[in-house]
Amino acid sequence: MARIVASVNVSHVPAIGAAIDLGKTQQPYWAPVFKGFDFSRKWIADLKPDVIILVYNDHGSAFSLEIIPTFALGCAAEFPPADEGWGPRPVPVVKGHPELASHIGQSVILDEFDLTIVNKMDVDHGLTVPLSLMFGQPREWPCRIIPLPVNVVQYPPPTGNRCFQLGKALRKAVESYHEDLRVVIFGTGGMSHQLQGPRAGLINRSFDSNFLDKLVTDPVALTRIPFLEYVREAGSEAIELVMWLIARGALDAKVREVYRFYHVPTSNTALGHIILENLPKSGGAARKARAGGAKSRAARAPKARAAGKRRAA
Amino acid sequence: MSKAPPPGRPEEFDDIPGTTLFDMQRSRQGYHLNMFCMALMKPENRAEFKANEAAYLMKFPMTQEQRDAVLKRDWNRMIELGGNIYFLSKLFSSDGLSFQHVAALMTGSTQEQYAQMMIAGGRSVEGNRSKSDARSGRGAAARKTARKPGGKRRG
Repeated sequence: MARIVASVNVSHVPAIGAAIDLGKTQQPYWAPVFKGFDFSRKWIADLKPDVIILVYNDHGSAFSLEIIPTFALGCAAEFPPADEGWGPRPVPVVKGHPELASHIGQSVILDEFDLTIVNKMDVDHGLTVPLSLMFGQPREWPCRIIPLPVNVVQYPPPTGNRCFQLGKALRKAVESYHEDLRVVIFGTGGMSHQLQGPRAGLINRSFDSNFLDKLVTDPVALTRIPFLEYVREAGSEAIELVMWLIARGALDAKVREVYRFYHVPTSNTALGHIILENLPKSGGAARKARAGGAKSRAARAPKARAAGKRRAA
Repeated sequence: MSKAPPPGRPEEFDDIPGTTLFDMQRSRQGYHLNMFCMALMKPENRAEFKANEAAYLMKFPMTQEQRDAVLKRDWNRMIELGGNIYFLSKLFSSDGLSFQHVAALMTGSTQEQYAQMMIAGGRSVEGNRSKSDARSGRGAAARKTARKPGGKRRG
């Protein structure tokens, strides 16, 4: 059967995509950001997922205001990068997994989550920046990707609890799929940031730090944060963090924190990144993949102020 | 404080300083402004807009106030009139501007001041949580004790 073995949570700041595409990753402003992903790139290369379920939000690229699905599921074979006003990013076309996506749609809808099924969709920086951070600049993305866009642009967004419960339904769907697949779920966006109005530039390090801690140990507490509190405490665009709760809901109650990285600033945003794994079960996919694989020493970016910490197994 | 919110729009939505919530009412108000921005995702539309901005804007049934705000690139005004930053990003991207550049403009800082503020850790949330805090000049400390402990701690 297929299994979700880990989650990758990461901000999806568009300026990161621009820095990669324009070859600026070694500049002093950007070098610490990319160094913060040295460990993660090695980790995912060792893990070799077959499929990524990528939870992100569309930023008015595929969905205008004509149609605003709260939760959508990309079931197409391919998803081209979107033109967001400066031409499409020079990144590979995203290859979907229509069979697994259809299975997920069927299972999750019968589980009472009324997903919107999408068979044609361009994907914007919300989806492509996390892939670039984790995989660099390959000719093809190394695995299949199922996009799962969530509306967090027009309020109200779905509640944290709804997101967390959707994660559980996704897990159930994946585990009832016939083929043996190793699946990683990405929760993207955040952390604290506000892009609009006179309060733009807001960063709340203690909110972010608490969110990262609780994501590991007590995600249910996070599901009770009302959306206005995200806005008030961490900025109007920090509400993207509810998407991290979808990824968290798809994992076991008890998980292992593999890696954490936090850096301010990335353009207007606090960049947060955390990798969580289900605890190895005997013969578990994650353990098999990691045997003789990932070193247990995280590359810690010296300028990463808050975290860069990782916990031993 | 505990009176029921008016139908449609909770009072709290307007209580965060310097922040506009893009809720369903604003979305309706800004529909054509935001749809104009969406049109700029196509190169041929960008070219047509650049060739004659005022004429291109007439293709969209938005208000004249909204058109004027676009022509003046008054970003705060566009947001006030129902624009959303992610849709407006299509407009400033076609102007060759970044999110950070436009954020600085919206805060009234110079590019240099804004960049320095971000490098120094960003704008603090203290004193920026509520308009009532800002008005009374109270710091966040007073407010903090009034609020139940939520997703924040470690002051």
